[in-house]
Amino acid sequence: MGSLALKDIHKSFGTVEVLKGIDLEVEDGELIIFVGPSGCGKSTLLRIIAGLEDETSGTVAIDDDTVNGQSPTERGIAMVFQTYALYPHLTVRDNMSLGLKQAKRPAAEIKSRVDLATSMLSLGDYLDRRPAELSGGQRQRVAIGRAIVRKPKLFLFDEPLSNLDAALRVNTRLEIARLHRELEATMVYVTHDQVEAMTLGDRIVVLNDGYIEQVGSPMELYKKPANKFVAGFIGSPRMNFIDSRLLGNTGSTTTGIRPEHISLSLSQGDLKGTVSHVERLGGDTNVYLNCSEAGLVSVRLFGEHDYEVDSTCFAVFDQSRVFQFDQEGKTIV
Amino acid sequence: MKNNGNLINASTARTIAAHAVLITYTLIALFPVVVILINSFKTRKAIFKSPLSLPNSESFSLVGYETVVKQGDFLLYFQNSLVVTVVSLTLVLLFGAMAAFALSEYRFKGNLLVGLYLALGIMIPIRLGTVSILQMMVATDLVNTLTALILVYTAQGLPLAIFILSEFMQGISDDLKNAGRIDGLSEYRIFGRLVLPLIRPAMATVAVFTMIPIWNDLWFPLILAPAEETKTVTLGAQVFIGQFVTNWNAVLSSLSLAIVPVLVLYVIFSRQLIKGITAGAVK
Repeated sequence: MGSLALKDIHKSFGTVEVLKGIDLEVEDGELIIFVGPSGCGKSTLLRIIAGLEDETSGTVAIDDDTVNGQSPTERGIAMVFQTYALYPHLTVRDNMSLGLKQAKRPAAEIKSRVDLATSMLSLGDYLDRRPAELSGGQRQRVAIGRAIVRKPKLFLFDEPLSNLDAALRVNTRLEIARLHRELEATMVYVTHDQVEAMTLGDRIVVLNDGYIEQVGSPMELYKKPANKFVAGFIGSPRMNFIDSRLLGNTGSTTTGIRPEHISLSLSQGDLKGTVSHVERLGGDTNVYLNCSEAGLVSVRLFGEHDYEVDSTCFAVFDQSRVFQFDQEGKTIV
Repeated sequence: MKNNGNLINASTARTIAAHAVLITYTLIALFPVVVILINSFKTRKAIFKSPLSLPNSESFSLVGYETVVKQGDFLLYFQNSLVVTVVSLTLVLLFGAMAAFALSEYRFKGNLLVGLYLALGIMIPIRLGTVSILQMMVATDLVNTLTALILVYTAQGLPLAIFILSEFMQGISDDLKNAGRIDGLSEYRIFGRLVLPLIRPAMATVAVFTMIPIWNDLWFPLILAPAEETKTVTLGAQVFIGQFVTNWNAVLSSLSLAIVPVLVLYVIFSRQLIKGITAGAVK
């Protein structure tokens, strides 16, 4: 219960084409992440799956049934919004049960479903409060509870953590991961944050400019990015891109190396540079090297390191982890 | 210590100044109302002798109110005014909110044009069309009915209502309406259950702005419904104003009475207004 198939989805607003042909299969029980920079069409795609927006062409199928033209309720989906979107004049209990009341479910069933969601999200103390009396994290839990109560075929999350502060974001992220395991439900999750994508997703869909750049598990994307865009988007700090000519590589246009795959040497290495800034994070040390023509190269060292600003260093690349990209930005295998 | 004292003095001075301005304005605004009220309780002689003095044992008289109650059907006039005001107000709020919802919520061809067309009424006074309105009412046999007044006032109130309400509706988050759609609410229910409660303060504002001119209007009742059984209060009060002799006691008494219902309506709406503001926002 809960597979999703998208076939050749196009969407235009007036003359602006936002989605330019999306094909995707999501299996039952998968947590799939749509990630990409703002304006890449990921939220539009989610809204098309939800039935809140009409596709210009293409088909959406849930459980092998084409659902084009069906309302969100007929599709059996539930959605969690970035702004929580709780009904401000209803209590937490009424917020969660409105959908079921609307579907004319028996009162006993509504109660048992609300109770279940309440205990899963430990919302018991807040059932009679209104959204205005809750903190941001609690509101988002209520919004998730409202989704759970519906027992949907498909959970849709639209940047649910973006309005929360950093600590709450981590907690709620863990909560969503736990819910996904407990409910074994299919979830589609939109975010622009690659950390959320890497930590939560079974598979990640990287979108850019209305196209899917690559689909794969987090580690596939990390280890075998299909192109320069994916390579730069996945991983933090982002991958260094260096003009291949500067390194003497003739077979490619751009050479990519992740900051964590560079080590520093005082005597010799692939690139010479001066230290422009050092960030000491305790567990990691990020060193930024100014390598004249190659530009700023970031290096991520594990543990604590001391490098003087303005001192000269050499970057040593782990050659097994170097990526080569051709003129169009495709990865050369 | 001294410094502190200065600070307090400065802020008190500012408060006093602000209150002085507000009190002055209140006095100016209330003056005519108070003059009408106190004079309505005085004898005719006293009204002209010292219009600003309060009624005392000598000058106190209820003759104006007695005339109003005895003469004609003032109760009927009140009822007419109330019916016209309340029904027009309801229609303006209902249709105004519905049109505003459609304009702010749905993308359709000509959305902007329709919006502009509806807003045009703010700039063009409806009285310019009096002659054709009268012709239409005659043609449809609606002259001397309350329906005629209700139709005209609804048309008069709609443009501003739509303008104000659609501005407010655009401020309501799309996510909230979409959450309602996912919960299976119909568009009507989203309008009625989610959007209307949230724009209550705006509705109250529109209600007040719409209500007062309707209640006070003399023009359209005089032209469209001057018959005895459809007279409104403001028109009814004109009975006492003659070309040669004016019964000031009765005029002032009827005007004083006319303030009451509209004051009650105003209190109701202004309480809604405050409630709406303090009810808490979307996020």
